[in-house]
Amino acid sequence: MDFVSSFTLITAELQICAAGLILLLVAAWAGDKAATGITYAAAAVLFVAGFGLIPALHMGVDGPDTLAFGGLMKVDTFALFAKALIYLAAIACLLVAPAFFNSEAAGKERGLRAEYPVLVLFAVLGMSIMVSAADFMTLYLGLELNSLAAYVLASILRADTRSAEAGLKYFVLGALASGILLYGMSLLYGFTGGTDFGVVREGLSGELATGALFGLIFVMAGLAFKNAAVPFHMWTPDVYEGAPTPVTAFFATAPKVAAVALTARVVFDVFGAQALAWQQIVMFTALASIVFGALGAIGQENLKRLLAYSSINNVGFILLGLAVANEAGASAMLVYLFIYVAMSLGSFVALLMLRSESGDLYETFADIKGLAVTRPVIAWCLLALMFSLAGIPPLLGFYSKFVIFNAAVEAGLIAFAAIAIAASVIGAFYYIKFVKVMFFDEPAGVVTGKSGTAHWVLLILTVAIISPLGYFLTPSLTDLADKAAGALFMAV
Amino acid sequence: MEGFPILTIMLLVPFIGALACLFAGTAARAIALLTTLITFALGCVLWANYEIGGAQWQFTERAELFAGFSYALGIDGIALMLIMLSVFLMPVCILASWTSITKRVGEYMSAFLLMEVLMIGIFSAQDIFLFYIFFEASLIPMYLIIGVWGGDNRIYASYKFFLYTLLGSVLMLIAMFWMVAEAGSSDIPTLMQYDFPAGAQTWLWLAFFASFAVKVPMWPFHTWLPDAHVQAPTAGSVILAGVLLKLGGYGFIRFSLPMFPEASAQFAWFVFILSMVAVVYTSLVALVQHDMKKLIAYSSVAHMAIVTVGLFAFNVQGLEGAMIVMLSHGLVSGALFLCVGVIYDRLHTREIERYGGLSINMPYYALFFLLFTMASIGLPGTSGFVGEFLSLAGIYQTSTLVALVSTTGIILGAAYMLYLYRRVAFGDQKNEDAAAMADITPREWAMMAPIAAVVLWMGVYPESFLAPMRADIAALDARIASAAPPSDSQLTIGTPREEAANAVADHGGGLPEHREYSQEGDH
Repeated sequence: MDFVSSFTLITAELQICAAGLILLLVAAWAGDKAATGITYAAAAVLFVAGFGLIPALHMGVDGPDTLAFGGLMKVDTFALFAKALIYLAAIACLLVAPAFFNSEAAGKERGLRAEYPVLVLFAVLGMSIMVSAADFMTLYLGLELNSLAAYVLASILRADTRSAEAGLKYFVLGALASGILLYGMSLLYGFTGGTDFGVVREGLSGELATGALFGLIFVMAGLAFKNAAVPFHMWTPDVYEGAPTPVTAFFATAPKVAAVALTARVVFDVFGAQALAWQQIVMFTALASIVFGALGAIGQENLKRLLAYSSINNVGFILLGLAVANEAGASAMLVYLFIYVAMSLGSFVALLMLRSESGDLYETFADIKGLAVTRPVIAWCLLALMFSLAGIPPLLGFYSKFVIFNAAVEAGLIAFAAIAIAASVIGAFYYIKFVKVMFFDEPAGVVTGKSGTAHWVLLILTVAIISPLGYFLTPSLTDLADKAAGALFMAV
Repeated sequence: MEGFPILTIMLLVPFIGALACLFAGTAARAIALLTTLITFALGCVLWANYEIGGAQWQFTERAELFAGFSYALGIDGIALMLIMLSVFLMPVCILASWTSITKRVGEYMSAFLLMEVLMIGIFSAQDIFLFYIFFEASLIPMYLIIGVWGGDNRIYASYKFFLYTLLGSVLMLIAMFWMVAEAGSSDIPTLMQYDFPAGAQTWLWLAFFASFAVKVPMWPFHTWLPDAHVQAPTAGSVILAGVLLKLGGYGFIRFSLPMFPEASAQFAWFVFILSMVAVVYTSLVALVQHDMKKLIAYSSVAHMAIVTVGLFAFNVQGLEGAMIVMLSHGLVSGALFLCVGVIYDRLHTREIERYGGLSINMPYYALFFLLFTMASIGLPGTSGFVGEFLSLAGIYQTSTLVALVSTTGIILGAAYMLYLYRRVAFGDQKNEDAAAMADITPREWAMMAPIAAVVLWMGVYPESFLAPMRADIAALDARIASAAPPSDSQLTIGTPREEAANAVADHGGGLPEHREYSQEGDH
């Protein structure tokens, strides 16, 4: 357990950390003029860091060799899978940012600020640490680094009241959740005598003491907040609506992956011996998220708000895979995460392309009426994304639900799966409303602005992934997810 | 034909056509017609090379392209006939939309060609999940067809169609997961031979029923159908009535019956009761409609009830009859929607009251309309008769009561169809604009004449259509025979009378060869 091997394991984090600090200095000296350059540099750093993960991800690593710094971090295939997804999502969100901030859409504060890419880098660093945490201290460190960067990102348009409101709400509620989580952790520490996942796990075996049970519940509640799962979802619609759209796209993808991966790590590594205790909680939050996410979205007129509810709904399905509490469920959850990231990114990029001539963004249903006539390519892409989110075959969104429900049924949770899938029909209602507005209504004709290459590339790429062509990816995706899920269960 | 992937080609040709149409603008009409004709020709090749009495599954293809399920295609006689129905109706649909669709032609034709891909896929899928993917995917193009090119109330109809059918099928997916986990294979032929525990069959059957009953549609799950039919454009109605409704019947014959024979027997009476209600109730509803499309839509529900009755009769006649009714109804109701479309294009109303005396100014039209009306009623010599007769003969062997009630459907069918025909084609020319309509154009001839020819062919010589299915239906019958519900028609052969009943004068002069007449039911 020498430091060299520990540092080798966290190469990606080191790269991001170093790049973040250097780019921060560049931002300080060169100012906002260099913002676009810094953005592309940050994206390149993430790409390089992500590229470095490929060999280990391909080989599949697990077991004691993956522990770094005396068991504080665990860089196994599961962590690598989550990291790769987080980096990809963050790169996409960096690439779409300049066009947004340098246009009318940014309001009074036109112009990309140099802090933006640096903050994204630090948020990603926090997430990287989160997903490879093997100790409650590491977990909290990563979580807070990510959250603090995210609070600032939400309110980066300081003069925009909605953005400021989003940042404040996110901060106050996020701090509350962190407090709950910390309290749960302290209870667990008190009852088990350690913060290391393995030690806590040992301490929790056998009969669960009431205090330890409270600790478990508080930790689960704190994590549910970070996942934006019902009943801790209230902040999501407001934050998603208020934050600048590239930031919302970021929130809906990368931190979601990190939070879900962290939850999976905690429930299996720490509470693995108390499956019955946490399974009930996850089952409830999963079903409640599916139902409330679907019902809440029905009345929405604002597209960002609607996608916020959609993300709550999707988290429900992801947690459904977690609730299965076996390797197949975890693997299904990872497959779902991958497809979810592609669908969310695609949807938000499409929203970013609904621009006026001067670059102002449109974000209500009334604005996208008849989009199929005025901007057919965007409309068809959105159609594919929406049917995919609704889980209608032959789009890949169906496959994500397919694996989750397959795992649930194979584990014998048939009634649970039946209720969840019936509730997914409610969700279909608002997804097809998108299609109805774009294809059936008379054109409103306000979306006239042109979009940059980055947007088009990202949109076409994500739509290609979720199109039926994506099914050809499924064998390798399943293979990777199986390896990652296997690594997650290695310790158990 | 060994090794030639004809089914994949039949999927690819319309798919490529669909992509081409999307970018072609108004040239899409010609591209779509050409594509559907090529696909039809491929279908004919398929039929010609189908070996009657050969292997049960022919033209099989298999590739492990995806995780969780495989790309497996293959057809039996039942699937062959339904594929033929789909590829035959498609060029007709394209012709029917030739002039009536003026906005967004490329997207429209593309949606139809996509439908064709999905329908061929549904009938040829040999992997249960591949089937589900094709089955569910058909919602997307149909939702667009109704919603973009439909009538005034199209939005409501498209939502209802989409959500109703989606809710029906998601439960089936859960059942499929369970079945595959239990049987260890997602291969349909394997699952058809697998004996699921009787207790589980009940639940599985209900889950599949939820999906297929909505598709068929059976009373009381039929309410989406009149809305969807009325609001869809003419060609959309043809596809809905012609092929999409057959998915339910195909589902019963491919999944529910062979996979869950015990549960099917257990629920046979449930199906019979729903079907009997459907026959009588929807026929009566059809009788009072003012809208032609709605009338035909309700008549579809009644005809499909004859199909479900035949399917659950648990004997060969019933199954064969159900298949022929499905094929015949696909042609006839499709043709009737075309007939409505022809006059709708001229007068832009579906109100029966607005027409009258069309046989005076549109004699050829009236002739075709009459033929299809008679076929819908089930006049001997048309396809409708063969199917309904076989179905009812089949159900008579299981339950005389169900046979009795179902047969009233034919009388009621004659009532509403003839009443419709009288009001539209006969009587005085009470509306001037209707009286001024021109007779059918060559394009409309090209739509009607082939269907009329096949309707007569199926009515006069149904053997061509029954032969490919015979072995498959016999196999299915053998599979489900042990579970068949008890019969109340007591088809026992009585002892022959000593003498003929009318042999009063000549004692002991009974003719021996008359004995066979008393052996009713021994066929």
